[in-house]
Amino acid sequence: MSARAVRSLVRFAVAIAAALLALPAAAGDGRLLATGGASQIEGAAGGGLVPWAVLSGYGSDGQNGATAFATHVDSGDYALDALGVAVTLRNRVEFSYTRQRFDLGELQHRLSLPVGAFRQDVIGAKVRLGGDLVYTAMPQIAIGVQRKRQLDFDIPRAVGARGDRGTDIYLAVTKLYLAGLSGHHLLVNATLRSTDANQAGLLGFGGDRKSGRSLVLEGSAAVMLNPRWALGVEYRQKPDNLRFAREDDWKDAFVAWFPNKHLSLVGAYADLGSIATLERQRGVYLSLQAAY
Amino acid sequence: MRRAAAIGIVLALALVAGCATRRPDEATPYAQMGGQDGVTAIVDDLLVKISDDARINAKFANANIVRLREKLIEQICAEAGGPCVYTGLGMHEAHAGHGIGAADFNALVEDLIEVMEARRVPIGAQNRLLKRLAPMYGEVVGP
Repeated sequence: MSARAVRSLVRFAVAIAAALLALPAAAGDGRLLATGGASQIEGAAGGGLVPWAVLSGYGSDGQNGATAFATHVDSGDYALDALGVAVTLRNRVEFSYTRQRFDLGELQHRLSLPVGAFRQDVIGAKVRLGGDLVYTAMPQIAIGVQRKRQLDFDIPRAVGARGDRGTDIYLAVTKLYLAGLSGHHLLVNATLRSTDANQAGLLGFGGDRKSGRSLVLEGSAAVMLNPRWALGVEYRQKPDNLRFAREDDWKDAFVAWFPNKHLSLVGAYADLGSIATLERQRGVYLSLQAAY
Repeated sequence: MRRAAAIGIVLALALVAGCATRRPDEATPYAQMGGQDGVTAIVDDLLVKISDDARINAKFANANIVRLREKLIEQICAEAGGPCVYTGLGMHEAHAGHGIGAADFNALVEDLIEVMEARRVPIGAQNRLLKRLAPMYGEVVGP
């Protein structure tokens, strides 16, 4: 294991410890199973690719909760790993930290690149503005920010990216329709995001084709087969800022398993389109979340 | 590419909907819970479950269990589409001032789901009953 990987692990362990210490004694599990969603790729509670209006963990109004997750995506030529933690206070506000590592794999080999991976830190915050996923006629609505910093910027700069930092702002609206589809609960989510990120920030922010922000739409739909199993699909629109390579929208189809309120597992097939000139990046997505 | 993606999503949704609709169950939740005997058994199981549930059993410490059982059977029978009329207190009236929080409400919902699963009530009937009970959240949860 390289010194860099060790540092990364240590940082992750420290972040988990800090998250747990930040938790007052009133950690709780007062919300229903699966209502904390999974951890999406940037660390917010959501599906796999899309942040939802739900908040991480199972704490209800008077309780707090924390989660930690690990996600691995193999797109064929690349691999993406994400490790993160989140703390939710009183089912009102969620804070998260995620480290992403995008392994350049085939691209490094083809172009003899000096680095093998792009790393990115994402610090997130989300506030529930109103509504309850399950109980109110109004959907649950939340606003969130993801402050991102790309840590290996030399190559993104060389291919036209403008900056190594960016801030995504999103509004998410999520509702669970009880018995909404042939007697099964149906979850529907729509997220509107303002972003200037290239490939979610892994290739930096802004570009030589477009330097400013784009408003993009993301959506998810999932069916609860029973209280522990869900099947769903997601779609995430993306900007296309860089001239050297086209950027495609992302989509996936997933199966999620919630055996209890402390563990969840998501398996998906993700289609990430063209990334940095390599076409048809698609493959298996796996995500494990522990909740406390 | 985007059109292909949209078509993919629609197909996936159609597939999901198709799987979900394969088993049509038009009977009322009441019938699928086993009629009056089934509802009674579920309420009895639920009361046992509540008394074992350290999260919420203290809230029922002063309840008249005989009356609670009778009213719960009426209410679940009625909400499930059965031939009963609920004659108990309004939900707000029955719960006001008891300091019932979201976590308490959800604990009861979880107990009910577990009881229905143990009794093998079909998922569609479980979910339709939950849909009928969910609006009570606003009247039950409060200071």
